[in-house]
Amino acid sequence: MNSLTNLLGWVDARFPLSKLWKEHLSEYYAPKNFNFWYFFGSLALLVLVIQIVSGIFLTMNYKPDAAYAFYSVEYIMRDVDWGWLIRYVHSTGASMFFVVVYLHMFRGLMYGSYRKPRELIWIFGMFIYLALMAEAFMGYLLPWGQMSYWGAQVIVNLFSAVPFVGPDLSVWIRGDYVISDATLNRFFAFHVIAVPIVLLGLVVAHIIALHEVGSNNPDGVEIKKHKDPVTHIPLDGIPFHPYYTVKDIVGVVVFLMVFSAIVFFAPDLGGYFIEDNNFIPADPLKTPPHIAPVWYFTPFYAVLRAVPPMFGSQFPGVIAMGVAVMIIFFLPWLDRGPVKSIRYRGPIYKTALALFVTSFLGLGYLGMQPVTPLFTLLSQIFTTIYLAFFILMPWYTKIDKCKPEPERVTG
Amino acid sequence: MKKILFLVSLLASTMAFANTELQLDKAPIKLSDQASLQRGAKYFVNYCLSCHSAQAMRYNRLQDIGLTEQQIKDNLIFTGAKVGDTMVSSMSKKDAMAAFGAAPPDLSVISRSRGADYLYTYLRGFYRDETRATGWNNTVFDKVGMPHVLYELQGEQVLEVEKHGEHEVRKLVLAKPGKMSPAEFNGMVGDLVNYLAFMGEPMKATRMKLGVIVLLFLGVFFFVAYALKKEFWKDIH
Repeated sequence: MNSLTNLLGWVDARFPLSKLWKEHLSEYYAPKNFNFWYFFGSLALLVLVIQIVSGIFLTMNYKPDAAYAFYSVEYIMRDVDWGWLIRYVHSTGASMFFVVVYLHMFRGLMYGSYRKPRELIWIFGMFIYLALMAEAFMGYLLPWGQMSYWGAQVIVNLFSAVPFVGPDLSVWIRGDYVISDATLNRFFAFHVIAVPIVLLGLVVAHIIALHEVGSNNPDGVEIKKHKDPVTHIPLDGIPFHPYYTVKDIVGVVVFLMVFSAIVFFAPDLGGYFIEDNNFIPADPLKTPPHIAPVWYFTPFYAVLRAVPPMFGSQFPGVIAMGVAVMIIFFLPWLDRGPVKSIRYRGPIYKTALALFVTSFLGLGYLGMQPVTPLFTLLSQIFTTIYLAFFILMPWYTKIDKCKPEPERVTG
Repeated sequence: MKKILFLVSLLASTMAFANTELQLDKAPIKLSDQASLQRGAKYFVNYCLSCHSAQAMRYNRLQDIGLTEQQIKDNLIFTGAKVGDTMVSSMSKKDAMAAFGAAPPDLSVISRSRGADYLYTYLRGFYRDETRATGWNNTVFDKVGMPHVLYELQGEQVLEVEKHGEHEVRKLVLAKPGKMSPAEFNGMVGDLVNYLAFMGEPMKATRMKLGVIVLLFLGVFFFVAYALKKEFWKDIH
């Protein structure tokens, strides 16, 4: 034991090991009233690790070559030891990443986690979300099935709608006039190294920013306002380790049960996690009658299709889709409410949030369906509600009748 | 409010409309029935493999359905392939293009893209159509390029269309019986589709079995983790 302490002392004199441990775990004081919604941050970190580890093993056997990619995935599924497990873990992890991240973001909306002084945490988080979308989009091309191929074709074609530079831009992205071997190779490079590095850096920034200002909580009140006069520890704070580490382990086990149930009993989840048509090898000459992106992109795909082409250009739809994503960045400055948490907000914000969630889910459903006049109309209504939630926020959060916030956290 | 109701009813009607697509017959899939899978494998190599490939499937994987390597070599390999090779068709792509106008798709994962019910209905859905080059058409795959390979067994069907006002009822009628009775033929196609479902994901049985163990482990682990959390959190609140 003594020699271990000596070793720690030796390291600490050269690297802030104990200091890091204390600052981020044993002496990071988190509010004691975290509820169910606070599991998803640590779960997102868990899924990130799962994706990286399973991805490394997939890379050992996958061939990023248009002639071999499709059957190299089947080779992994059949001939590589435990390959089927690694592949299903990775494909399930991709969808579950978005499940966890969407719930994590919804938590932020409910409890005002993006409000001052946590604006940068929110911005870093949004960049993580963007990086995740890029990662998922490029990763989805790699199995080289029909949906991989035509999904990528549709999305990259959006760039050709940009005025003037569009066509050149889309050729530059693909490295060819259609999605091809060149595209597959560069998407592979981005998927396995470029985007993951950015993602990891952003996650570190997200956590450093969080630990600098401290966590929000379901009451939306600052625990740092009431500190013990002697120890200067927040009265409503408890050390992250061991309290939240042991609590998060419970969350991890429950999450892994859901995760395993999907991996072992329904890895394609009825076509939502792995689309049926992706079991047909990519064929540049055969356009499938119905191209739908994977579920986590469908809300934005529905926004894209809701906007009719103007002057023969798809560009307005592309703009609308971009706005629908980018507007979320500005949440910290759009919200003018006197309180942070939904617990003390008035009826207007509660209604607005309910409408927003309904339209987001509605758009998600519509983005999977073939276009019909009715569905387009519904998409337009939901898109309007979606955007109105943000654009009208400065106004409706101000006039909302809020309840007084408590001084200290409740239960 | 009226507008919303109108939209809801419209939505409901389109959903109902979407359901009137072609009715598929339920395939009798039973992946634990090794005898059925073995019969299916025999039909597959006899009737399908001459034109279609299954390039992700190795012959020796058939050990998973209870065959020995020797049995596989003696009874199921006609192409001179080694037992560790994948199932490649003896017909070249070029010949196939010339014969059918399209290369027959690889069948390794056809059960995953089309679904077993589709395959079961498709393989029983061929009928005589003299307007087609092959002389055959199909109820679920209109103007299909593939001829009715199993017609000697099934016999010849014709399509009868009955008009009831707006309604159209399309019915297949057996015009000329084949070597098998309809019940025998359904059983045979059932075995074949069962095999195709197995081939689409040979590890399915393994993953289901392993899944139960994993979930049981996590179930036990949950109580340990929960007790640990309870113990630590005693002094909070």
